[in-house]
Amino acid sequence: MRTKIALALGGVLMVVALVMVFIVVPTEATMGNIQRIFYFHVPVAWNAFFSFGVTFGFSIAYLKTRNPKYDFIAESSARIGIVFTTLILLTGMIWAKPIWGVWWTWDARLTSSFVMWLVYIAYFIVRSFITEEERRYRFGSIIGILGFLSVPIVAISIQLAPTTHPKAMIFNDGLHGTMLATLLISIFAMFVVYFLFVFLQYDNCKDAYEIAQLKKKLLKESE
Amino acid sequence: MDNLGYLFAAYTIIWIGLAYLVWTAMRKQKANRKEIEILKEKLDEQK
Repeated sequence: MRTKIALALGGVLMVVALVMVFIVVPTEATMGNIQRIFYFHVPVAWNAFFSFGVTFGFSIAYLKTRNPKYDFIAESSARIGIVFTTLILLTGMIWAKPIWGVWWTWDARLTSSFVMWLVYIAYFIVRSFITEEERRYRFGSIIGILGFLSVPIVAISIQLAPTTHPKAMIFNDGLHGTMLATLLISIFAMFVVYFLFVFLQYDNCKDAYEIAQLKKKLLKESE
Repeated sequence: MDNLGYLFAAYTIIWIGLAYLVWTAMRKQKANRKEIEILKEKLDEQK
């Protein structure tokens, strides 16, 4: 039921966001239509940070309680966080080509985002190599906690190093009226997609755990 | 300065990426539930 509600809400919000982005919001004066990528690039970035924040929090919770349910949430959140980060990199590159003239440059914000993506790829690679459940959850949680260090580095990279990446203008009165409303609707739409995926993936982790337990039971009884 | 091709590419990637993600998770959920049912039936048979 909750999946259906999230699916319907996410669908409606995505359509509203698209109408806002392509029809309602005015064209930005200097960059033209390509600036419209911003209305999804920024929400995807914020949701990626949020996803890894949830992974961080639930990894701590797992290490404290050793309850696998917390690891399932951490893992589910990291999974969509990686997808969001991939979308940040891809949409950023598509924006960069016509504006900067190159698809990629090793600028502070871009490089730190790429490193953050690699850190969470490592999170899943390490997990995939560990067959014993309890160890997998433990090592996953440790990387989930340490890996979160990459998130604030990405966030403050534009203040720390010289960069060609546009500076944050949302909190500096740089966005007004329909532009701000469009951005907020897009953020909320992505947020609903995040929850929809985490619900689904959490159930999948729980089911995979149950399958493993049932198989063990079956093997025991057949001996 | 229109660059509509780039804009279209960006939105297509976002939509396809997210739709594929949700679709695979839903498919996996169905497959898992089916496997659980089969395993439970097998366990009942063994008892």
